[in-house]
Amino acid sequence: MSERQHPLVALTRTRILEFVREPEALFWVFAFPIIMALVLGFAFRDRPLDPVPVGVVTGPTAAELTQALTKAGTVKPAPYPSLADGLEALRTGKITLLVVEDAGSLVYHFDRTRPDARIARLEVDDAIQRARGRTDPSPAREDLVHEKGSRYIDFLLPGILGLNLMGTGIWGIGFSIVNARLKKTLKLMVATPMRKAHYLLAQMLSRFVFLVIEVAVILAFGVLAFQVPVRGSLGLVAVVTFLGALSFGGIGILVAARARTLEAANGLMNLVMVPMWLLSGVFFSSERFPKAAQPLIQALPLTALNNALRAVMLEGRSLPAIAGELAIIAAWGLVAFAVGLKIFRWQ
Amino acid sequence: MTPAISCTGLKKHYGEVKAVDGLDLEVRAGECFGLLGPNGAGKTTTIEILEGLTPPDAGDVVILGRRWGSQERELRERLGVSLQESRLTEKLTVFETLSLFRSFYVRGRDPEQLMADLSLEEKRDARVGKLSGGQRQRLAVACALAGDPELLFLDEPTTGLDPQSRLQLWERIAAYKEAGRSVLLTTHYMEEAERLCDRVAVVDHGRIIAQGSPAELIAGLKAPHFIEFSTEPRVEDDVIAKIPGIGERRQRDGRWLLAAASLAQAVPALLAALDRAGAKLLSLSTHRATLEDVFIALTGRELRDE
Repeated sequence: MSERQHPLVALTRTRILEFVREPEALFWVFAFPIIMALVLGFAFRDRPLDPVPVGVVTGPTAAELTQALTKAGTVKPAPYPSLADGLEALRTGKITLLVVEDAGSLVYHFDRTRPDARIARLEVDDAIQRARGRTDPSPAREDLVHEKGSRYIDFLLPGILGLNLMGTGIWGIGFSIVNARLKKTLKLMVATPMRKAHYLLAQMLSRFVFLVIEVAVILAFGVLAFQVPVRGSLGLVAVVTFLGALSFGGIGILVAARARTLEAANGLMNLVMVPMWLLSGVFFSSERFPKAAQPLIQALPLTALNNALRAVMLEGRSLPAIAGELAIIAAWGLVAFAVGLKIFRWQ
Repeated sequence: MTPAISCTGLKKHYGEVKAVDGLDLEVRAGECFGLLGPNGAGKTTTIEILEGLTPPDAGDVVILGRRWGSQERELRERLGVSLQESRLTEKLTVFETLSLFRSFYVRGRDPEQLMADLSLEEKRDARVGKLSGGQRQRLAVACALAGDPELLFLDEPTTGLDPQSRLQLWERIAAYKEAGRSVLLTTHYMEEAERLCDRVAVVDHGRIIAQGSPAELIAGLKAPHFIEFSTEPRVEDDVIAKIPGIGERRQRDGRWLLAAASLAQAVPALLAALDRAGAKLLSLSTHRATLEDVFIALTGRELRDE
């Protein structure tokens, strides 16, 4: 006769050991989201505005025009010996706008459908007219803002957090269960007095251990490397991520409830996750989808999770403001867990 | 005394396939009982029904005086199960695996003790993935023993093992039985059944076609002895057919194998017949029938080549 651990503790411990002894899993959970945030963060980082390349066709006033444009600083003038050469450069995208002074009037060649070309048209005209002595009836002053929280990385990081919670919840729990079923370890455990609820509970509990590390790593990375703001309370961020992990854990159990092969499970997981990768506002706002699709998109658990995370982190909202989102997340988790448990295939 | 297992009228059909087709069985407390038969005979389905893992289509199952259903958990505390082909988690060590299984039972055996019993101490901290086939199988049996069960189910415990590992497991199972516990095992190794089992049931097409102790089953054969010999030149069937007391006969690789009811009668008659035919004896050996021969006699088929 001997002392024993509580089975729930033993099962949870086992899951954690299995996980940390799987280097690939560690990579996907911890390194991958950081690499993704790093790459995207640098790709879309804030840069000083590049001066727009503008062509100036050689002529009697060309030197004066070039000087005026250089002085304005918002465009970068380049000389072209003839109109034909300039138009060629415009066509091939080397310049955004071509200026030529023809019989006392300025002619601008540009593509009206390009917003940067339209801006260049205004800026070039403004620079030349001012240089030639135009005075504005009302003097204007510029007050520039540069707000942290409105950059792409600020938008992206909560999305990556949400994406990671979904991915590790569904993959982590799903593959582990299907693998155990496939190898019949599940069947072997069912032949012992182990309580089935303990097994599923341990799957979710072990997830929370990683969740804390996972979320902390991604958040710390965002805050330290990109100064992503956390305007709301950290406690509320914790509540949201905890609930999100619980919900996707439930969905993971549902997805893995019956699959007999890893291929079938993988297909099901993709079926569940891919639409949310695209629709739920991870990389770009879900508002961009047509209005008719919005009720559906807003009801997705990842949309609700991402919205809630952004509301707390970027807008500094408190609990009542995100109660709706939390209700959606919780409902998905509860329903998925209940159905999953009911239809679960133990052997 | 309550039988360890008793079941009647067990049936399990998978579509057209009648995996178990009306099977009655009683395993007495304290005995080791073997289900013997070729692959696909319905052994695994039967043992999994008895283990409460597969519900039968029909029939009554009583394990240790209790039925599956409401008393499942109580029953599971008293059983040990080792499944065919189930693989333990490769990332865990031997000790961790045993501790996990130990945690499922209210009362049970200490993992250190289990490792000692199954000669796994040296592998205490080795990952399951690094173990040899024999070590894994011993670990599977150790897991089945984690709850110190009264009744142990072993589905093909030594399939695929080398002779030494097999011998080691047999010793362990025998020791467990010596302690007064009951065992139900399936096997298609006749030697295993003869060494370990007090009684065996021969299963074919989901039914029991013979039951008894190995000795009884062998004694039940009309011709429980075998004579194997070769001659120069080879003799034809007509020489042997006339010998009295000869049962089945087969020729393989130039050697004859004859079944005989009595050696005392058959051997002198055989020698006389060979002498008359002018054939010189090159080799002659005899052995008693085995369960393998019982199976062939019962079904006309060999056990292992199915």
